[in-house]
Amino acid sequence: MQRYPAMPDARARRAFLHTAAGLGALVLMRGGHAAQRIELPLPGGPDGRELTGAFAGKRQMILQRTRPPLLETPFSVFDEGVFTPVDRFYVRWHWADIPTHIDPRTFKMKISGHVERELEFTVFDLMQRFEHVEIAAVNQCSGNSRGFFQPRVPGGQWGNGAMGNARWTGVRLKDVLDAAGVKAGAVQVQCEGADRPPVADAPNLKKSLAIDHARDGEVMIAWAMNGQSLPLLNGFPFRLVVPGWYATYWTKMLQHVRVLAEPDTNFWMHPAYEIPDNWPRADMKPGEAGVKMVPINRLVPRSFITKPVSGAHVGAGRPQPVRGIAFGGDTGVKAVQLSLDGGKTWIDTELGPDHGKYSFRQWRAHLTLPRGAHTISVRCTNSDGLQQPLTSNWNPGGFMRNVVEAVTVLAV
Amino acid sequence: MRPSFYAIVILLLLIAGTGPVRAAQPAPTLRPQNMRLPGGSATFPGTDAGARATNAYCLMCHSADMVMNQPSLTAQTWLAEVNKMKNVFKAPIPPEQVPVIADYLARIKGPK
Repeated sequence: MQRYPAMPDARARRAFLHTAAGLGALVLMRGGHAAQRIELPLPGGPDGRELTGAFAGKRQMILQRTRPPLLETPFSVFDEGVFTPVDRFYVRWHWADIPTHIDPRTFKMKISGHVERELEFTVFDLMQRFEHVEIAAVNQCSGNSRGFFQPRVPGGQWGNGAMGNARWTGVRLKDVLDAAGVKAGAVQVQCEGADRPPVADAPNLKKSLAIDHARDGEVMIAWAMNGQSLPLLNGFPFRLVVPGWYATYWTKMLQHVRVLAEPDTNFWMHPAYEIPDNWPRADMKPGEAGVKMVPINRLVPRSFITKPVSGAHVGAGRPQPVRGIAFGGDTGVKAVQLSLDGGKTWIDTELGPDHGKYSFRQWRAHLTLPRGAHTISVRCTNSDGLQQPLTSNWNPGGFMRNVVEAVTVLAV
Repeated sequence: MRPSFYAIVILLLLIAGTGPVRAAQPAPTLRPQNMRLPGGSATFPGTDAGARATNAYCLMCHSADMVMNQPSLTAQTWLAEVNKMKNVFKAPIPPEQVPVIADYLARIKGPK
């Protein structure tokens, strides 16, 4: 193990040597296995899901799969604030052999491959050696909203809750790579977590970023979200944060960073997690042959109405509050607009505080509706001028859904 | 110069920076974490050869709810899924059991 100069900031040293009350609660099992259920309006079903409180560090979550865990954030959580609470943040694992005990004093990440020197770091080494940075960013599963694809496709049948927004604290991957000394000719940086397949010789999850992307100063190794340590289920003690990119690249329990001199051809880069090569649509026809596929990459804009919810009754003939969240994807939110005529005309909304271009952005408006049923559509335009489409995309992986969303309400 | 001047200069230097904002708050104390993961012990319904094979070869990697939460998929799609589990994800499914499992899944999770 490498040794490093003492931490320059004694206050920061105290901060992590000090015992923080409250964090201990994260390791406790939440008591009770409530038999509550929730309906996800997935076309053709099945749309009943159990709400579970049986997972460490998590309150009520939508149980998509018990082992390995797929836990979805109930959509009402997104109405409660711009940052998603850690104990409601969605969970997605690929392989079932997940470490259930980690001591941050001994868990190390290794950096190896096409570098001048191999290095190992505990989370405390990272804290001491590198400058701390913080960024607000949306973490969204590539397959968020897969359950709405028609025709339906196999995979995790998520509603819209396989996403969350957090303030991530950690260090720049660039600084860590610089410490190891990236050699000329490096092309990619491959990340692997501490989870493993339960069967021998199955392909472990490994994801790679282009070397320039890995060194852009935004990609981070984060040990905190919203000022709290990550729960094990979200990648304790640290995970990769790739602002503006789909969560498949946000390696949890980061254990190994390999600098590659050749492009990564492992299964999880190709053919898994590939989209039709027409970003931002990621669109093709079911059964279409000969479509060029590329690794999924940058997020596309999305927006949601969090209140009122579909089916709600609202007051007729007087201004009614409508609110929600949006994100621009790989850049900020320029505008969020509402439509009452299926997208022919659009009504501006007022944007909430800007927490940075990769964050959720809250918005609100007031609509005066005559008596009767109304469909309210919402559309985000990002800072690059990219708008959500009015028609859904389709691809066999169920990736990158970002069609204009709508709720139907009854004004009475 | 009064000390407060230096304090302000130091503060401004701390705030300055590019890219992600330099973290203003101290890092949280990181303590060892433990968890117990629910096993997901439910089995696939039925006692026929298809249910037996599916219970024998699928549950070692994932719980049954993953399958039960899938939409209705065609027999062709289920066969492709089972082959992917065997060939890519290395589930130790004997070749003759692949169609048995795929037929069972198409029966319980196929078009009505």
